[in-house]
Amino acid sequence: MTDVAVADAVEIDLDERRRGPLRVLFSAAWKQHRTKIGLGITLLLVGIAVFGRLVAPYEPDQGVEGLLPFAPPSSDAWLGTDALGRDVLSRFLYGGLSVLVLSGVATAIGMSLGITVGLLAAYSRGKLDDLLMRTMDVFISLPSIVLALLLAATVGPKLWLLIIAVALTTMPRAARITRGAAAEVVERDYVRAAEAIGIPRRKIILSELLPNVSSPLIAETTLRMSFNVGVVAGLSFLGFGLQPPAADWGLMINENQNGLTLQPWPVLLPIIAIALLTIGTSLVGDGLARAAIGIERGRTGGE
Amino acid sequence: MRLRKGLTGFIIRRLLLGLVTLWITSVIIFAATQALPGDAARSILGRSATPESLATLRAQLGLDKPVLTQYWEWISGVFTGDLGTSLANSLPVTDVVGERLVYTLFLLLVAGAISIPFGISLGATSARKRDSAFDQTTSIATLGLVALPEFVVGITLAVIFSTTVFHILPSVIVTEPGSRPWQYPKELVLPVITLIIAVVPYTARIMRASTVEILESDYVEMARLKGLSERRVLWRHAVPNALAPTFQVAALNLAYLAGGIVVVEAVFNYPGIGLLLVESVRARDMPTVQAIALFIAALYVVLNLLADVATILVSPRLRTSLQ
Repeated sequence: MTDVAVADAVEIDLDERRRGPLRVLFSAAWKQHRTKIGLGITLLLVGIAVFGRLVAPYEPDQGVEGLLPFAPPSSDAWLGTDALGRDVLSRFLYGGLSVLVLSGVATAIGMSLGITVGLLAAYSRGKLDDLLMRTMDVFISLPSIVLALLLAATVGPKLWLLIIAVALTTMPRAARITRGAAAEVVERDYVRAAEAIGIPRRKIILSELLPNVSSPLIAETTLRMSFNVGVVAGLSFLGFGLQPPAADWGLMINENQNGLTLQPWPVLLPIIAIALLTIGTSLVGDGLARAAIGIERGRTGGE
Repeated sequence: MRLRKGLTGFIIRRLLLGLVTLWITSVIIFAATQALPGDAARSILGRSATPESLATLRAQLGLDKPVLTQYWEWISGVFTGDLGTSLANSLPVTDVVGERLVYTLFLLLVAGAISIPFGISLGATSARKRDSAFDQTTSIATLGLVALPEFVVGITLAVIFSTTVFHILPSVIVTEPGSRPWQYPKELVLPVITLIIAVVPYTARIMRASTVEILESDYVEMARLKGLSERRVLWRHAVPNALAPTFQVAALNLAYLAGGIVVVEAVFNYPGIGLLLVESVRARDMPTVQAIALFIAALYVVLNLLADVATILVSPRLRTSLQ
């Protein structure tokens, strides 16, 4: 499922494998430049999104006195004003949190649902396995944006609907990856042994299966987060995310797209921020994926 | 002869599976738009609607009938080509969607015809020159581009080529009724490039990953030992086998591309079904929204089926196992 070649995986030496699985994953990911650069970019953008509002010169929904809409940068408004004469810099500093929180919550819900389905399918095998995975196929056939628009058509643009739509479309891939990784673990001796001595099924799934498939899932979560930031910002850009007068990166682009020739900043600033946030998270995701494949290869090669 | 029989059987099985998937999807689409708790008529007309106008719209949407009857009337209409009447302009939905569909399919066709061969050869070449400067550069560039949402790419291209930096290409398309997409070659450039940037990086990365793995396999080593040139080893022995996983993943990602089309069409005001979907959701035009969502799901099921068939045709091992 991943687009990283096994041959590009990070080498993991034998001594390291004795440490906890997550520490091995993170230290192998940290060895690569891409992870460090990606994490740096991501932290910078998360910092702007979370703490930017503390240093914003104006309230985000107030006009700057004495300045017209689409005013060029000046000493009163360092990056000029937007379509309604509000300070671009302040709206930018306030507008990242919504993108981050919405995509984060949707990714967390979607991954949890998908991992649950994938673990159940891999452990139960047989008919339930088929049924669960076929259901996932149905959800794959509707793209996130289309499902979100479908729900918005009935109920109107609501944030909880947006989260549900993005979570439901995050679920099927997470389920496929979990099932793929767990299918092989289910066959191992210690799972059989745990079954034989009568350990409850729920406990086997949580304490034997889940820890053994955590590496690829952490990589997938990061890559999905990167993708969902784009989906959430895209829906706001289309006008189905946060509603005016909220300050939101996607909505800023929507509101100021017509003034691009007069005042590019209210469009450029959020575009650059969304681009950097998605690139940063996907660099980290790629680093984690290479580390996860290295761990997987070490395991199969070592047996 | 036996090959054909095995292949036909396989296609029929996949076709049935696709139809079942599509049927369940139609139930979800219907449930999401018509059977959700709450009154669709009220949400369309708003709080200030009079009881009479609510009753009229309910009758027009068929909301006064039992849910199962509503679903049956809608889904049987899909087969007879009667998808209801658009609430936005009172024209048959089939006609409204049909005219816009030409635009979307033409855009997808042009973008796909350029980006799929380009992505595949870029990936294969990177794999052959693994760890060279060329491979490193391609790898960094595709990793960055793969992450970018389509609207970010689209607006950036509009900033560079049509508004702020240069003024060489139009960023929106203004069409006359009854005209066809190929009458606007200049307006097509930016939407097509946006889609190419969305498809090429992913295809190239998958293709590189599967080619790298195949180049390390025994039979490729065998071909090398026989003294074949590296170029021949790559294109004759490695690439055909690396195509199979590429097709599979490409089909899966076309579902995301269908979502991307909605955004790209909205950025460039391109009058395809993606923009129509956005307009219809804003106008609460349920029959049109349902029809487009079902079409996008069907497009995905069909592309997936084609990818499965293409996989069988390009991989000799699977081809023989079906006999």
